[in-house]
Amino acid sequence: MSKRDIQFDQNGLLRHFLTIDGLPRQTLTDILDTAENFSTVGTQQAKKVPLLRGKTLVNLFFEPSTRTRTTFELAAKRLSADVLNINIQASSTSKGESLLDMLRNLEAMHCDMFIVRHNTSGAAHFIAEHVAPHISVINAGDGRHAHPTQGMLDMFTIRRHKQDFTKLRVAIVGDILHSRVARSEIHALNILGVPEVRVIGPHTLIPREASSLGVHVYHDMKEGLRDVDVIIMLRLQRERMLGAMLPSEDEYFIQYGLTRKKLALAKPDAIVMHPGPINRGVEIESAVADGPQSVILEQVTNGLAVRMAVMSMVLGRKQEA
Amino acid sequence: MYIEIINGHLIDPRNQVDGPTNVYIQDEQVIAIGKAPAGFKADRTIDASGNIVCPGLVDLSARLREPGQEHKGTIASETRAAAASGITSLCIPPDTNPVIDTPAVVELIHRRNLDAGNCHAYTLGALTKGLDGEHLSEMAHLKDAGCVGVSNIINCINNPQVLRRALEYAASVDLTVFFYPLDNGLANGGIAHEGAVATRLGIPGIPEAAETHAVANFLMLVEQTGARVHFCRLSTARAVQMIGRSKFEGHDITADVAAHQLHLTEMDLGFFNSQCNVRPPLRTQRDRDELRAAVADNRIEVICSDHQPHDIDAKLAPFGDTEPGMSALETLLPLSLRLVSEKKLSMSNMIEHLSTTPAEILNIDAGHLSVGAIADICIFDPNAHWVLSSETMISRGKNSPFLDWELQGRVTHTLLAGNLVHELK
Repeated sequence: MSKRDIQFDQNGLLRHFLTIDGLPRQTLTDILDTAENFSTVGTQQAKKVPLLRGKTLVNLFFEPSTRTRTTFELAAKRLSADVLNINIQASSTSKGESLLDMLRNLEAMHCDMFIVRHNTSGAAHFIAEHVAPHISVINAGDGRHAHPTQGMLDMFTIRRHKQDFTKLRVAIVGDILHSRVARSEIHALNILGVPEVRVIGPHTLIPREASSLGVHVYHDMKEGLRDVDVIIMLRLQRERMLGAMLPSEDEYFIQYGLTRKKLALAKPDAIVMHPGPINRGVEIESAVADGPQSVILEQVTNGLAVRMAVMSMVLGRKQEA
Repeated sequence: MYIEIINGHLIDPRNQVDGPTNVYIQDEQVIAIGKAPAGFKADRTIDASGNIVCPGLVDLSARLREPGQEHKGTIASETRAAAASGITSLCIPPDTNPVIDTPAVVELIHRRNLDAGNCHAYTLGALTKGLDGEHLSEMAHLKDAGCVGVSNIINCINNPQVLRRALEYAASVDLTVFFYPLDNGLANGGIAHEGAVATRLGIPGIPEAAETHAVANFLMLVEQTGARVHFCRLSTARAVQMIGRSKFEGHDITADVAAHQLHLTEMDLGFFNSQCNVRPPLRTQRDRDELRAAVADNRIEVICSDHQPHDIDAKLAPFGDTEPGMSALETLLPLSLRLVSEKKLSMSNMIEHLSTTPAEILNIDAGHLSVGAIADICIFDPNAHWVLSSETMISRGKNSPFLDWELQGRVTHTLLAGNLVHELK
């Protein structure tokens, strides 16, 4: 069995959700459709459905995160699962326990799913390759590699506003090099049939072989934003920029910050997205972030539905089998 | 002890022998080639029908992990794997723990190796003390203790002035400098070739320029100092072309490539295969093709194993957290033979790359089977097919991306100074 198949079980159903790269369009559409069904749960009086009652989910976060961890936790609780949060900075790998030993211990507690965030690319794949057969793994971000639930919630948001992916022009702006969100979005957009995906940023923040991912590369933001339907701004990781990547945040804002003036170059009904948290005045102007074209807070809400969808598909699978 | 090797096809590039020829051995020496000396009576006859007989292989780079990392391998365990792979001489880089920068460490290694008795082991001394890249090591002492060259391995020397003085000093004690072209600043903590695969997997990349920049700068110093240098483990087409040009201009330089670089590319990383975490990284198909072409036209004179055995845990982690290197002694000959069966290389030229030329670069009396030569001999069946498995690997390190590959060519006998140190059962 090739490594690519690791995400599916022997019946061809999604067992792990590690990357969007290589998934069939149908799987992506299924996730979006399932998420659509869940999107009303949060507005009901009783905000819970009993789909994952009796299941135990472990949030295994090797990197600090508030937003992603909370939405996973909330999504799991809405599905009636039990949730365990493990913050590894304070835990045993810092005492020299290997990642694998730690997994074995958690498995021994009869958990059903690991939701993993780790600062090394490939960590979720590694864990998925080594867990017991009854356990599923969801990648909540590994190094620069992938953040597939974020990618899917962005697709969900786009579909709600734009319906047909095959008529869109989408621009992703900023630090593509270090961004797992960008990689997951690029794969999803290509698989869903978006004819033109653009990435915009300085040479220092765009991988040399970016075009091999199926994108058009722009270094001039004004050119890159022209006539796009969707603008996805990426967070500038200030701590990573120290040194030779960028001269200053000011200069970055002038070149690549999204202002009302630059936004006017896109289609009049273009939507503005951002995976958060926002650096106001660094990658985006407040007037745009809070403006009528911004769907940034919707993304957060949609994150819940999409994560519920993925969890229920991956764990619900066993009841069908 | 009198041994005869009969019915074999002898290939000895140094003496331009390539045909059915018998070899006669007395004690540790070859005493006749072709016809038995008058009155020769063999105590032992090795029938090499269908097999190639050649000088024992000389591996320019094998880490045995002793002293310092005996949980990964020992001199005894790894030289046993070498003997089973037809390797009779190997060269140990200086990054043991402690580093090979004093005669005491050299002597320790040589003594342990004599006790093991599987293989001749040679050492490279550290070019700078503790490989710190700043202070010259006591090269004359190291040479007296038995070091055959000096190297700073992948610990790059950042100050060109230090590098210049190190080259000049090595030249004055007549030691070859083994140079690993990798600019740490440009590599910037990368762990895979900066290309399409690293971009897709989000793995920090090592650009081609990390190698070409180091080669270009180093060539300028070599041309000025006149030092004798050997380039280790080339991985890029452009570096090969630069070195080819410098050779053409008459500079005294040589180069090697690790056998795996002639077969694998960045694509073999798949979805984070940690067995493919190596330095220099696996590069593109274009690079691999140029490396093969350079081996064929002798711009690269040597194929080595770059053996780096690891314990199981070293590879059991997410890709970027694993240790680089592969256990490679046992695949050196089969991977080289694959080039012969693909008609990229003649059998004789392959043996030059694996034995004759590396012996010349180390300046040791090996790599040929003249009358009077030490009887270091490798006999292999070039048509035997076998599958590499972790159960049957002899090295303590089972870390190979070639596990489960069907390999062609198997060593049947290895003689070390006339002693049969390996016989395939």
